[in-house]
Amino acid sequence: MDMISIPAINMTPILPEIFLSSLAMVLLLITVFSPGGSKSLLGNISFIGIAATAVLVGSGWGANISSFNGSVILDNFATFFKMVFLLSAGLSILISDKYMNREGCNHGELYPIILFTTVGMMLMASGTDLMVIFLGLEVMSVSLYVLAGFNRNNLKSNEAGLKYFLLGAFSTGFLLYGMALIYGATGTTRIAKIATIIGQMTLPSANIMLVAGMLLMFTGFAFKVAAAPFHMWTPDVYEGAPTPMTAFMSTGPKAAAFAASLRIFLIALPTLQAEWGQLLWVLAVLTMTVGNITALRQDNIKRMLAYSSIAHAGYCLVGFAAGNGTGTAGILFYMLSYAFMNIGAFAIIILVAKKGEPNGTVMDLAGFGFKHPILALAMTIFMFSLAGVPPTAGFIGKFYLFSGAIQKGYIWLAILGVLNSAASVYYYLRVIVYMYMKEPNEEFEWTVVTAPVALALLIAVAGTLIPGVVPSLLLELAQNAIKLI
Amino acid sequence: MANLNSYLIISAILFSIGTVGVLTRKNAIVIFMCIELMLNAVNLTFVALSRHLGNLDGQVFVFFIMTVAAAEAAVGLALMISFYNNKESIDVDDVHLMKW
Repeated sequence: MDMISIPAINMTPILPEIFLSSLAMVLLLITVFSPGGSKSLLGNISFIGIAATAVLVGSGWGANISSFNGSVILDNFATFFKMVFLLSAGLSILISDKYMNREGCNHGELYPIILFTTVGMMLMASGTDLMVIFLGLEVMSVSLYVLAGFNRNNLKSNEAGLKYFLLGAFSTGFLLYGMALIYGATGTTRIAKIATIIGQMTLPSANIMLVAGMLLMFTGFAFKVAAAPFHMWTPDVYEGAPTPMTAFMSTGPKAAAFAASLRIFLIALPTLQAEWGQLLWVLAVLTMTVGNITALRQDNIKRMLAYSSIAHAGYCLVGFAAGNGTGTAGILFYMLSYAFMNIGAFAIIILVAKKGEPNGTVMDLAGFGFKHPILALAMTIFMFSLAGVPPTAGFIGKFYLFSGAIQKGYIWLAILGVLNSAASVYYYLRVIVYMYMKEPNEEFEWTVVTAPVALALLIAVAGTLIPGVVPSLLLELAQNAIKLI
Repeated sequence: MANLNSYLIISAILFSIGTVGVLTRKNAIVIFMCIELMLNAVNLTFVALSRHLGNLDGQVFVFFIMTVAAAEAAVGLALMISFYNNKESIDVDDVHLMKW
Protein backbone atom coordinates (compact mmCIF):
# COMPACT_ATOMS: atom_id res chain seq x y z
CA MET A 1 0.00 0.00 0.00
CA ASP A 2 1.27 3.43 -0.83
CA MET A 3 1.85 6.21 1.63
CA ILE A 4 -0.95 8.60 2.36
CA SER A 5 0.02 11.95 0.95
CA ILE A 6 -1.52 15.02 2.47
CA PRO A 7 -2.58 17.41 -0.27
CA ALA A 8 -2.76 21.16 0.01
CA ILE A 9 -6.11 22.02 1.53
CA ASN A 10 -8.27 24.88 0.40
CA MET A 11 -10.75 25.71 3.15
CA THR A 12 -12.98 27.97 1.03
CA PRO A 13 -15.56 25.32 0.06
CA ILE A 14 -16.39 24.46 3.65
CA LEU A 15 -16.08 27.92 5.18
CA PRO A 16 -19.87 28.30 5.64
CA GLU A 17 -20.05 24.93 7.36
CA ILE A 18 -17.20 25.82 9.70
CA PHE A 19 -18.81 29.13 10.56
CA LEU A 20 -22.22 27.61 11.19
CA SER A 21 -20.97 24.73 13.33
CA SER A 22 -18.81 27.05 15.43
CA LEU A 23 -21.81 29.27 15.98
CA ALA A 24 -23.89 26.25 16.97
CA MET A 25 -21.29 25.15 19.51
CA VAL A 26 -21.09 28.62 21.03
CA LEU A 27 -24.88 28.75 21.32
CA LEU A 28 -24.89 25.33 22.94
CA LEU A 29 -22.42 26.57 25.55
CA ILE A 30 -24.52 29.68 26.16
CA THR A 31 -27.53 27.44 26.77
CA VAL A 32 -25.65 25.30 29.24
CA PHE A 33 -24.25 28.20 31.23
CA SER A 34 -27.41 30.31 31.33
CA PRO A 35 -30.23 27.80 31.81
CA GLY A 36 -32.76 30.49 32.63
CA GLY A 37 -31.75 32.85 29.85
CA SER A 38 -34.01 34.10 27.09
CA LYS A 39 -34.51 31.48 24.41
CA SER A 40 -35.87 34.03 21.97
CA LEU A 41 -32.47 35.68 22.04
CA LEU A 42 -30.85 32.40 20.99
CA GLY A 43 -33.37 32.14 18.17
CA ASN A 44 -32.55 35.65 17.01
CA ILE A 45 -28.81 35.01 17.13
CA SER A 46 -29.18 31.82 15.12
CA PHE A 47 -31.36 33.57 12.56
CA ILE A 48 -28.75 36.27 12.14
CA GLY A 49 -26.10 33.55 11.90
CA ILE A 50 -28.09 31.82 9.18
CA ALA A 51 -28.45 35.10 7.30
CA ALA A 52 -24.70 35.73 7.58
CA THR A 53 -24.00 32.21 6.31
CA ALA A 54 -26.34 32.83 3.41
CA VAL A 55 -24.29 35.89 2.47
CA LEU A 56 -21.13 33.80 2.74
CA VAL A 57 -22.61 31.04 0.60
CA GLY A 58 -24.01 33.51 -1.90
CA SER A 59 -20.60 35.10 -2.40
CA GLY A 60 -19.39 31.73 -3.70
CA TRP A 61 -21.80 31.77 -6.64
CA GLY A 62 -19.99 31.10 -9.88
CA ALA A 63 -16.93 29.52 -8.22
CA ASN A 64 -15.83 25.99 -8.96
CA ILE A 65 -13.33 24.91 -6.35
CA SER A 66 -12.69 21.31 -5.46
CA SER A 67 -10.85 20.69 -2.23
CA PHE A 68 -9.77 18.03 0.26
CA ASN A 69 -8.41 15.86 -2.53
CA GLY A 70 -11.69 15.91 -4.39
CA SER A 71 -13.95 15.23 -1.41
CA VAL A 72 -15.86 18.46 -1.36
CA ILE A 73 -16.64 20.93 -4.07
CA LEU A 74 -17.92 24.46 -4.20
CA ASP A 75 -20.01 24.78 -7.33
CA ASN A 76 -23.27 26.42 -8.27
CA PHE A 77 -25.19 23.23 -7.65
CA ALA A 78 -24.00 23.11 -4.04
CA THR A 79 -24.52 26.84 -3.60
CA PHE A 80 -28.10 26.71 -4.85
CA PHE A 81 -29.00 23.84 -2.55
CA LYS A 82 -27.22 25.41 0.41
CA MET A 83 -29.42 28.46 -0.08
CA VAL A 84 -32.50 26.23 0.03
CA PHE A 85 -31.32 24.65 3.30
CA LEU A 86 -30.49 28.00 4.88
CA LEU A 87 -33.85 29.38 3.84
CA SER A 88 -35.65 26.39 5.27
CA ALA A 89 -33.69 26.55 8.53
CA GLY A 90 -34.08 30.33 8.82
CA LEU A 91 -37.83 30.29 8.30
CA SER A 92 -38.23 27.37 10.71
CA ILE A 93 -36.28 29.23 13.37
CA LEU A 94 -38.52 32.25 12.91
CA ILE A 95 -41.68 30.23 13.52
CA SER A 96 -40.22 28.09 16.33
CA ASP A 97 -40.20 30.53 19.20
CA LYS A 98 -43.94 31.08 19.39
CA TYR A 99 -44.76 27.38 19.10
CA MET A 100 -42.16 26.20 21.57
CA ASN A 101 -43.25 28.76 24.14
CA ARG A 102 -46.87 27.68 23.81
CA GLU A 103 -46.02 24.00 24.15
CA GLY A 104 -43.70 24.67 27.06
CA CYS A 105 -40.66 23.06 25.51
CA ASN A 106 -38.60 26.07 24.56
CA HIS A 107 -35.29 24.52 25.47
CA GLY A 108 -32.25 26.36 24.18
CA GLU A 109 -30.79 23.28 22.48
CA LEU A 110 -33.35 23.61 19.72
CA TYR A 111 -31.47 26.29 17.78
CA PRO A 112 -27.99 24.74 17.87
CA ILE A 113 -29.49 21.43 16.74
CA ILE A 114 -31.22 23.13 13.82
CA LEU A 115 -27.87 24.66 12.90
CA PHE A 116 -26.13 21.28 13.08
CA THR A 117 -28.80 19.79 10.85
CA THR A 118 -28.14 22.58 8.37
CA VAL A 119 -24.40 21.87 8.45
CA GLY A 120 -25.11 18.22 7.68
CA MET A 121 -27.35 19.14 4.78
CA MET A 122 -24.75 21.54 3.40
CA LEU A 123 -22.12 18.80 3.49
CA MET A 124 -24.47 16.52 1.61
CA ALA A 125 -24.89 19.06 -1.14
CA SER A 126 -21.19 19.82 -1.51
CA GLY A 127 -19.76 16.35 -0.91
CA THR A 128 -18.21 14.65 -3.93
CA ASP A 129 -17.07 11.59 -2.04
CA LEU A 130 -19.42 8.91 -0.74
CA MET A 131 -17.78 9.28 2.67
CA VAL A 132 -18.53 12.99 2.95
CA ILE A 133 -22.07 12.48 1.71
CA PHE A 134 -22.62 9.74 4.27
CA LEU A 135 -21.18 11.90 7.03
CA GLY A 136 -23.36 14.85 6.08
CA LEU A 137 -26.41 12.62 5.87
CA GLU A 138 -25.79 11.28 9.35
CA VAL A 139 -25.10 14.67 10.92
CA MET A 140 -28.42 15.72 9.44
CA SER A 141 -30.34 12.58 10.42
CA VAL A 142 -29.09 12.27 13.98
CA SER A 143 -29.99 15.89 14.63
CA LEU A 144 -33.39 15.38 13.04
CA TYR A 145 -34.18 12.43 15.31
CA VAL A 146 -33.68 14.79 18.23
CA LEU A 147 -35.79 17.50 16.64
CA ALA A 148 -38.65 15.09 15.91
CA GLY A 149 -38.72 13.97 19.53
CA PHE A 150 -38.00 17.43 20.87
CA ASN A 151 -41.19 17.87 22.90
CA ARG A 152 -40.11 15.18 25.31
CA ASN A 153 -43.15 15.30 27.59
CA ASN A 154 -45.51 14.74 24.70
CA LEU A 155 -46.13 11.12 23.84
CA LYS A 156 -46.81 11.87 20.18
CA SER A 157 -43.49 13.61 19.84
CA ASN A 158 -41.75 10.68 21.59
CA GLU A 159 -43.32 8.30 19.15
CA ALA A 160 -42.32 10.44 16.21
CA GLY A 161 -38.72 10.57 17.40
CA LEU A 162 -38.53 6.85 18.06
CA LYS A 163 -40.10 5.88 14.76
CA TYR A 164 -37.94 8.26 12.82
CA PHE A 165 -34.85 6.99 14.58
CA LEU A 166 -35.55 3.29 14.00
CA LEU A 167 -36.54 3.65 10.36
CA GLY A 168 -33.89 6.26 9.62
CA ALA A 169 -31.11 4.08 11.01
CA PHE A 170 -32.54 1.10 9.15
CA SER A 171 -32.45 2.97 5.85
CA THR A 172 -28.90 4.15 6.59
CA GLY A 173 -27.92 0.48 6.71
CA PHE A 174 -29.14 -0.02 3.15
CA LEU A 175 -27.48 3.14 1.92
CA LEU A 176 -24.16 2.11 3.45
CA TYR A 177 -24.30 -1.40 2.09
CA GLY A 178 -24.91 0.10 -1.34
CA MET A 179 -21.91 2.40 -0.91
CA ALA A 180 -19.78 -0.58 0.19
CA LEU A 181 -20.70 -2.57 -2.90
CA ILE A 182 -20.06 0.37 -5.20
CA TYR A 183 -16.69 0.80 -3.52
CA GLY A 184 -16.05 -2.89 -4.12
CA ALA A 185 -17.00 -2.67 -7.78
CA THR A 186 -14.96 0.43 -8.54
CA GLY A 187 -12.27 0.58 -5.86
CA THR A 188 -12.91 4.20 -4.94
CA THR A 189 -15.37 6.37 -3.07
CA ARG A 190 -14.79 9.54 -5.11
CA ILE A 191 -17.79 10.25 -7.28
CA ALA A 192 -15.80 11.51 -10.26
CA LYS A 193 -13.48 8.50 -10.19
CA ILE A 194 -16.41 6.10 -9.89
CA ALA A 195 -17.80 7.63 -13.07
CA THR A 196 -14.47 7.22 -14.89
CA ILE A 197 -14.08 3.61 -13.83
CA ILE A 198 -17.64 2.66 -14.72
CA GLY A 199 -17.17 4.43 -18.04
CA GLN A 200 -14.29 2.06 -18.83
CA MET A 201 -16.33 -1.06 -18.09
CA THR A 202 -17.54 -2.91 -21.16
CA LEU A 203 -20.98 -3.74 -19.79
CA PRO A 204 -21.61 -2.04 -16.44
CA SER A 205 -25.20 -3.25 -16.20
CA ALA A 206 -23.92 -6.83 -16.06
CA ASN A 207 -21.68 -6.13 -13.06
CA ILE A 208 -23.72 -7.65 -10.25
CA MET A 209 -21.90 -5.87 -7.45
CA LEU A 210 -22.33 -2.49 -9.08
CA VAL A 211 -26.01 -2.97 -9.86
CA ALA A 212 -26.75 -4.35 -6.38
CA GLY A 213 -24.90 -1.39 -4.87
CA MET A 214 -26.88 1.03 -6.98
CA LEU A 215 -30.18 -0.58 -5.99
CA LEU A 216 -29.34 -0.55 -2.28
CA MET A 217 -28.28 3.07 -2.44
CA PHE A 218 -31.43 3.84 -4.36
CA THR A 219 -33.50 2.29 -1.56
CA GLY A 220 -31.65 4.30 1.06
CA PHE A 221 -32.30 7.57 -0.71
CA ALA A 222 -35.91 6.62 -1.43
CA PHE A 223 -36.38 6.32 2.34
CA LYS A 224 -34.85 9.74 2.90
CA VAL A 225 -36.98 11.55 0.34
CA ALA A 226 -40.04 9.57 1.55
CA ALA A 227 -40.83 7.97 -1.79
CA ALA A 228 -43.49 5.26 -1.85
CA PRO A 229 -43.25 2.38 -0.95
CA PHE A 230 -40.67 3.61 1.58
CA HIS A 231 -42.85 6.43 2.89
CA MET A 232 -44.63 4.75 5.80
CA TRP A 233 -42.70 6.65 8.46
CA THR A 234 -43.46 10.08 7.01
CA PRO A 235 -47.05 10.77 8.12
CA ASP A 236 -46.46 9.58 11.69
CA VAL A 237 -43.23 11.47 12.11
CA TYR A 238 -44.58 14.64 10.53
CA GLU A 239 -47.73 14.52 12.63
CA GLY A 240 -45.99 13.84 15.92
CA ALA A 241 -43.02 16.18 15.59
CA PRO A 242 -43.34 19.77 16.81
CA THR A 243 -44.96 21.74 13.97
CA PRO A 244 -42.01 24.04 13.16
CA MET A 245 -39.80 20.98 12.97
CA THR A 246 -42.27 19.29 10.64
CA ALA A 247 -42.02 22.34 8.42
CA PHE A 248 -38.25 22.07 8.53
CA MET A 249 -38.11 18.30 7.95
CA SER A 250 -40.43 18.38 4.99
CA THR A 251 -38.37 20.99 3.15
CA GLY A 252 -34.65 21.12 3.99
CA PRO A 253 -33.74 17.46 4.51
CA LYS A 254 -35.84 16.42 1.56
CA ALA A 255 -33.95 18.86 -0.63
CA ALA A 256 -30.68 17.57 0.82
CA ALA A 257 -31.53 13.99 -0.05
CA PHE A 258 -32.36 15.13 -3.57
CA ALA A 259 -29.10 17.06 -3.80
CA ALA A 260 -26.98 14.08 -2.77
CA SER A 261 -28.83 11.57 -4.89
CA LEU A 262 -28.79 13.86 -7.95
CA ARG A 263 -25.05 14.21 -7.62
CA ILE A 264 -24.47 10.49 -7.12
CA PHE A 265 -26.82 9.25 -9.81
CA LEU A 266 -26.14 11.89 -12.45
CA ILE A 267 -22.37 12.16 -12.02
CA ALA A 268 -21.26 8.77 -10.76
CA LEU A 269 -23.78 6.50 -12.43
CA PRO A 270 -24.87 8.14 -15.71
CA THR A 271 -23.89 4.97 -17.57
CA LEU A 272 -26.67 3.14 -15.75
CA GLN A 273 -29.26 5.83 -16.45
CA ALA A 274 -31.39 3.44 -18.52
CA GLU A 275 -31.74 1.25 -15.42
CA TRP A 276 -32.32 3.81 -12.69
CA GLY A 277 -34.39 5.99 -14.96
CA GLN A 278 -36.98 3.26 -15.28
CA LEU A 279 -36.92 2.54 -11.56
CA LEU A 280 -37.51 6.23 -10.91
CA TRP A 281 -40.38 6.22 -13.40
CA VAL A 282 -42.20 3.58 -11.36
CA LEU A 283 -41.24 5.18 -8.07
CA ALA A 284 -42.45 8.60 -9.19
CA VAL A 285 -45.86 7.30 -10.25
CA LEU A 286 -46.27 5.28 -7.05
CA THR A 287 -45.17 8.15 -4.84
CA MET A 288 -47.43 10.73 -6.44
CA THR A 289 -50.45 8.45 -6.44
CA VAL A 290 -50.06 7.08 -2.92
CA GLY A 291 -49.37 10.54 -1.53
CA ASN A 292 -52.32 12.22 -3.20
CA ILE A 293 -54.89 9.49 -2.74
CA THR A 294 -54.13 9.09 0.95
CA ALA A 295 -54.10 12.83 1.47
CA LEU A 296 -57.65 13.02 0.13
CA ARG A 297 -59.09 11.36 3.21
CA GLN A 298 -57.07 13.11 5.92
CA ASP A 299 -58.77 15.40 8.39
CA ASN A 300 -55.74 16.19 10.50
CA ILE A 301 -54.08 19.07 8.72
CA LYS A 302 -50.50 18.14 9.62
CA ARG A 303 -51.09 14.63 8.37
CA MET A 304 -52.64 15.94 5.20
CA LEU A 305 -49.58 18.09 4.57
CA ALA A 306 -47.37 15.07 5.32
CA TYR A 307 -49.06 13.06 2.58
CA SER A 308 -48.96 16.10 0.35
CA SER A 309 -45.20 16.30 0.95
CA ILE A 310 -44.92 12.67 -0.21
CA ALA A 311 -46.80 13.65 -3.36
CA HIS A 312 -44.47 16.60 -3.89
CA ALA A 313 -41.45 14.32 -3.60
CA GLY A 314 -43.18 12.31 -6.32
CA TYR A 315 -43.39 15.34 -8.62
CA CYS A 316 -39.68 15.94 -8.11
CA LEU A 317 -38.96 12.30 -8.90
CA VAL A 318 -40.66 12.91 -12.26
CA GLY A 319 -37.97 15.47 -13.01
CA PHE A 320 -35.32 13.11 -11.66
CA ALA A 321 -36.55 10.24 -13.83
CA ALA A 322 -36.23 12.51 -16.85
CA GLY A 323 -32.68 13.28 -15.74
CA ASN A 324 -32.26 16.01 -18.37
CA GLY A 325 -31.55 19.70 -18.00
CA THR A 326 -35.15 20.86 -17.76
CA GLY A 327 -36.12 18.14 -15.29
CA THR A 328 -33.19 18.66 -12.93
CA ALA A 329 -33.45 22.43 -13.05
CA GLY A 330 -37.12 21.88 -12.26
CA ILE A 331 -36.18 19.94 -9.12
CA LEU A 332 -33.96 22.76 -7.92
CA PHE A 333 -36.63 25.35 -8.65
CA TYR A 334 -39.33 23.22 -7.04
CA MET A 335 -37.37 22.49 -3.88
CA LEU A 336 -36.77 26.20 -3.34
CA SER A 337 -40.38 27.21 -3.91
CA TYR A 338 -41.65 24.24 -1.89
CA ALA A 339 -39.62 25.50 1.06
CA PHE A 340 -41.43 28.85 0.86
CA MET A 341 -44.95 27.56 0.45
CA ASN A 342 -44.79 24.62 2.84
CA ILE A 343 -43.17 26.49 5.72
CA GLY A 344 -45.67 29.28 5.13
CA ALA A 345 -48.56 26.84 5.43
CA PHE A 346 -47.12 25.38 8.62
CA ALA A 347 -46.67 28.87 10.06
CA ILE A 348 -50.40 29.44 9.66
CA ILE A 349 -51.14 26.09 11.29
CA ILE A 350 -49.01 27.14 14.26
CA LEU A 351 -51.01 30.35 14.55
CA VAL A 352 -54.36 28.59 14.38
CA ALA A 353 -53.65 25.71 16.77
CA LYS A 354 -54.08 25.85 20.51
CA LYS A 355 -51.77 24.44 23.16
CA GLY A 356 -51.21 20.73 22.75
CA GLU A 357 -52.90 20.76 19.36
CA PRO A 358 -55.88 18.80 20.69
CA ASN A 359 -57.52 18.45 17.31
CA GLY A 360 -55.71 20.37 14.59
CA THR A 361 -58.14 19.29 11.91
CA VAL A 362 -59.13 21.04 8.73
CA MET A 363 -62.53 21.78 10.32
CA ASP A 364 -60.82 23.94 12.92
CA LEU A 365 -60.09 26.41 10.15
CA ALA A 366 -63.83 27.07 9.73
CA GLY A 367 -64.49 30.77 9.67
CA PHE A 368 -60.82 31.65 9.72
CA GLY A 369 -61.27 33.78 6.62
CA PHE A 370 -63.57 36.23 8.42
CA LYS A 371 -61.68 36.44 11.66
CA HIS A 372 -58.22 36.89 10.18
CA PRO A 373 -58.60 37.92 6.55
CA ILE A 374 -54.92 38.64 5.99
CA LEU A 375 -53.68 35.33 7.44
CA ALA A 376 -56.37 33.48 5.53
CA LEU A 377 -55.28 35.19 2.34
CA ALA A 378 -51.72 34.05 2.96
CA MET A 379 -52.93 30.49 3.59
CA THR A 380 -54.94 30.65 0.36
CA ILE A 381 -51.84 31.64 -1.56
CA PHE A 382 -49.87 28.74 -0.06
CA MET A 383 -52.63 26.25 -0.80
CA PHE A 384 -52.97 27.45 -4.39
CA SER A 385 -49.23 27.17 -4.82
CA LEU A 386 -49.15 23.66 -3.37
CA ALA A 387 -51.97 22.71 -5.71
CA GLY A 388 -50.06 24.21 -8.62
CA VAL A 389 -52.43 26.99 -9.62
CA PRO A 390 -50.88 29.85 -11.62
CA PRO A 391 -49.49 32.44 -10.99
CA THR A 392 -47.64 30.81 -8.13
CA ALA A 393 -44.22 29.22 -7.84
CA GLY A 394 -45.79 25.79 -7.45
CA PHE A 395 -47.28 26.00 -10.94
CA ILE A 396 -44.03 27.02 -12.63
CA GLY A 397 -42.10 24.30 -10.78
CA LYS A 398 -44.51 21.58 -11.82
CA PHE A 399 -44.56 22.90 -15.35
CA TYR A 400 -40.79 22.48 -15.65
CA LEU A 401 -40.74 19.07 -13.97
CA PHE A 402 -43.39 17.71 -16.30
CA SER A 403 -41.94 19.32 -19.42
CA GLY A 404 -38.62 17.68 -18.53
CA ALA A 405 -40.40 14.33 -18.61
CA ILE A 406 -42.03 15.14 -21.94
CA GLN A 407 -38.70 16.13 -23.49
CA LYS A 408 -37.33 12.80 -22.39
CA GLY A 409 -40.26 11.05 -24.06
CA TYR A 410 -41.98 10.01 -20.84
CA ILE A 411 -45.38 11.26 -22.02
CA TRP A 412 -47.33 8.92 -19.75
CA LEU A 413 -45.34 9.97 -16.73
CA ALA A 414 -46.22 13.59 -17.40
CA ILE A 415 -49.88 12.73 -17.92
CA LEU A 416 -50.04 10.78 -14.68
CA GLY A 417 -48.32 13.68 -12.95
CA VAL A 418 -50.88 16.17 -14.21
CA LEU A 419 -53.76 13.89 -13.24
CA ASN A 420 -52.31 13.55 -9.77
CA SER A 421 -51.89 17.26 -9.53
CA ALA A 422 -55.54 17.70 -10.46
CA ALA A 423 -56.61 15.23 -7.77
CA SER A 424 -54.58 17.12 -5.20
CA VAL A 425 -56.58 20.28 -5.84
CA TYR A 426 -59.46 18.69 -3.91
CA TYR A 427 -57.77 18.56 -0.55
CA TYR A 428 -56.02 21.89 -0.88
CA LEU A 429 -59.24 23.61 -1.88
CA ARG A 430 -61.02 21.93 1.01
CA VAL A 431 -58.91 24.03 3.37
CA ILE A 432 -59.92 27.18 1.52
CA VAL A 433 -63.59 26.16 1.52
CA TYR A 434 -63.51 25.70 5.28
CA MET A 435 -61.78 29.01 5.79
CA TYR A 436 -64.22 31.08 3.75
CA MET A 437 -67.50 29.18 3.46
CA LYS A 438 -68.15 27.56 6.84
CA GLU A 439 -69.28 29.07 10.11
CA PRO A 440 -66.81 28.70 12.95
CA ASN A 441 -67.92 25.98 15.37
CA GLU A 442 -66.45 27.80 18.33
CA GLU A 443 -65.27 31.26 19.21
CA PHE A 444 -61.74 32.00 18.02
CA GLU A 445 -59.13 33.12 20.43
CA TRP A 446 -57.36 36.14 19.07
CA THR A 447 -54.20 34.81 17.47
CA VAL A 448 -51.19 36.89 18.34
CA VAL A 449 -48.86 37.20 15.38
CA THR A 450 -45.41 37.79 16.79
CA ALA A 451 -42.86 39.74 14.80
CA PRO A 452 -40.71 36.71 13.79
CA VAL A 453 -43.76 34.80 12.54
CA ALA A 454 -44.93 37.84 10.61
CA LEU A 455 -41.49 38.14 9.02
CA ALA A 456 -41.51 34.44 8.11
CA LEU A 457 -44.96 34.75 6.56
CA LEU A 458 -43.92 37.82 4.60
CA ILE A 459 -40.86 36.03 3.21
CA ALA A 460 -42.92 32.94 2.43
CA VAL A 461 -45.64 34.87 0.58
CA ALA A 462 -43.05 36.82 -1.40
CA GLY A 463 -41.17 33.63 -2.23
CA THR A 464 -44.34 31.93 -3.38
CA LEU A 465 -45.64 34.77 -5.54
CA ILE A 466 -42.58 36.42 -7.05
CA PRO A 467 -41.14 33.30 -8.79
CA GLY A 468 -44.65 32.56 -9.98
CA VAL A 469 -44.99 35.94 -11.68
CA VAL A 470 -41.40 36.35 -12.90
CA PRO A 471 -39.95 32.85 -13.00
CA SER A 472 -37.10 33.64 -15.39
CA LEU A 473 -34.63 34.92 -12.80
CA LEU A 474 -34.87 31.96 -10.45
CA LEU A 475 -35.00 29.51 -13.32
CA GLU A 476 -31.85 30.97 -14.79
CA LEU A 477 -30.12 30.42 -11.45
CA ALA A 478 -31.36 26.83 -11.34
CA GLN A 479 -30.16 26.19 -14.88
CA ASN A 480 -26.77 27.68 -14.05
CA ALA A 481 -26.60 25.44 -11.02
CA ILE A 482 -27.05 22.23 -12.96
CA LYS A 483 -24.63 23.13 -15.74
CA LEU A 484 -21.77 21.51 -13.90
CA ILE A 485 -23.35 18.15 -13.35
CA MET B 1 -6.60 -17.58 4.35
CA ALA B 2 -10.21 -17.42 3.28
CA ASN B 3 -10.85 -15.62 0.02
CA LEU B 4 -12.83 -12.45 -0.58
CA ASN B 5 -16.01 -14.25 -1.48
CA SER B 6 -16.41 -15.94 1.86
CA TYR B 7 -16.13 -12.57 3.62
CA LEU B 8 -18.67 -11.04 1.30
CA ILE B 9 -21.05 -13.95 1.77
CA ILE B 10 -20.78 -13.89 5.55
CA SER B 11 -21.41 -10.16 5.62
CA ALA B 12 -24.39 -10.57 3.29
CA ILE B 13 -25.76 -13.21 5.68
CA LEU B 14 -25.21 -10.94 8.68
CA PHE B 15 -26.89 -8.07 6.88
CA SER B 16 -29.89 -10.25 6.06
CA ILE B 17 -30.18 -11.47 9.65
CA GLY B 18 -30.16 -7.86 10.77
CA THR B 19 -32.82 -6.87 8.23
CA VAL B 20 -35.09 -9.75 9.15
CA GLY B 21 -34.60 -8.93 12.81
CA VAL B 22 -35.62 -5.30 12.31
CA LEU B 23 -38.76 -6.39 10.50
CA THR B 24 -39.85 -9.12 12.93
CA ARG B 25 -38.75 -8.04 16.40
CA LYS B 26 -40.99 -5.98 18.68
CA ASN B 27 -38.63 -4.63 21.30
CA ALA B 28 -37.12 -1.30 20.26
CA ILE B 29 -33.75 -2.15 21.78
CA VAL B 30 -33.58 -5.48 19.98
CA ILE B 31 -34.47 -3.69 16.75
CA PHE B 32 -31.68 -1.27 17.40
CA MET B 33 -29.28 -4.18 17.98
CA CYS B 34 -30.33 -5.63 14.63
CA ILE B 35 -29.58 -2.29 12.99
CA GLU B 36 -26.13 -2.36 14.56
CA LEU B 37 -25.69 -5.84 13.14
CA MET B 38 -26.49 -4.46 9.68
CA LEU B 39 -23.95 -1.68 10.12
CA ASN B 40 -21.31 -4.15 11.23
CA ALA B 41 -22.02 -6.34 8.24
CA VAL B 42 -21.31 -3.27 6.13
CA ASN B 43 -18.09 -2.70 8.06
CA LEU B 44 -17.00 -6.25 7.35
CA THR B 45 -17.73 -5.76 3.66
CA PHE B 46 -15.70 -2.56 3.61
CA VAL B 47 -12.71 -4.07 5.38
CA ALA B 48 -12.70 -7.19 3.24
CA LEU B 49 -12.96 -5.17 0.04
CA SER B 50 -10.34 -2.73 1.21
CA ARG B 51 -7.92 -5.58 1.85
CA HIS B 52 -8.75 -7.16 -1.48
CA LEU B 53 -8.31 -3.94 -3.44
CA GLY B 54 -5.20 -2.93 -1.52
CA ASN B 55 -6.68 0.50 -0.94
CA LEU B 56 -7.26 2.21 2.40
CA ASP B 57 -10.43 4.14 1.55
CA GLY B 58 -12.65 1.34 2.77
CA GLN B 59 -10.96 1.16 6.15
CA VAL B 60 -11.26 4.91 6.63
CA PHE B 61 -14.95 4.57 5.81
CA VAL B 62 -15.28 1.96 8.57
CA PHE B 63 -13.96 4.42 11.14
CA PHE B 64 -16.60 6.92 10.07
CA ILE B 65 -19.32 4.30 10.29
CA MET B 66 -18.28 3.27 13.79
CA THR B 67 -18.19 6.87 15.00
CA VAL B 68 -21.56 7.65 13.51
CA ALA B 69 -23.05 4.45 14.95
CA ALA B 70 -21.90 5.54 18.40
CA ALA B 71 -23.52 8.94 18.00
CA GLU B 72 -26.67 7.30 16.71
CA ALA B 73 -26.76 4.96 19.71
CA ALA B 74 -26.56 7.89 22.11
CA VAL B 75 -29.45 9.70 20.47
CA GLY B 76 -31.49 6.56 19.92
CA LEU B 77 -31.25 5.34 23.49
CA ALA B 78 -32.14 8.81 24.75
CA LEU B 79 -35.25 8.77 22.58
CA MET B 80 -36.16 5.33 23.90
CA ILE B 81 -35.77 6.54 27.48
CA SER B 82 -38.03 9.51 26.92
CA PHE B 83 -40.60 7.22 25.31
CA TYR B 84 -40.31 4.83 28.24
CA ASN B 85 -40.80 7.67 30.70
CA ASN B 86 -44.18 8.44 29.21
CA LYS B 87 -45.36 5.01 28.24
CA GLU B 88 -43.59 2.53 30.56
CA SER B 89 -42.79 0.33 27.58
CA ILE B 90 -40.38 0.15 24.67
CA ASP B 91 -42.39 -2.34 22.70
CA VAL B 92 -42.96 -1.03 19.19
CA ASP B 93 -46.50 -2.41 19.32
CA ASP B 94 -47.17 0.36 21.83
CA VAL B 95 -46.03 2.96 19.30
CA HIS B 96 -49.47 3.30 17.82
CA LEU B 97 -50.86 6.68 18.79
CA MET B 98 -50.95 7.81 15.20
CA LYS B 99 -52.60 5.76 12.51
CA TRP B 100 -53.96 6.56 9.12
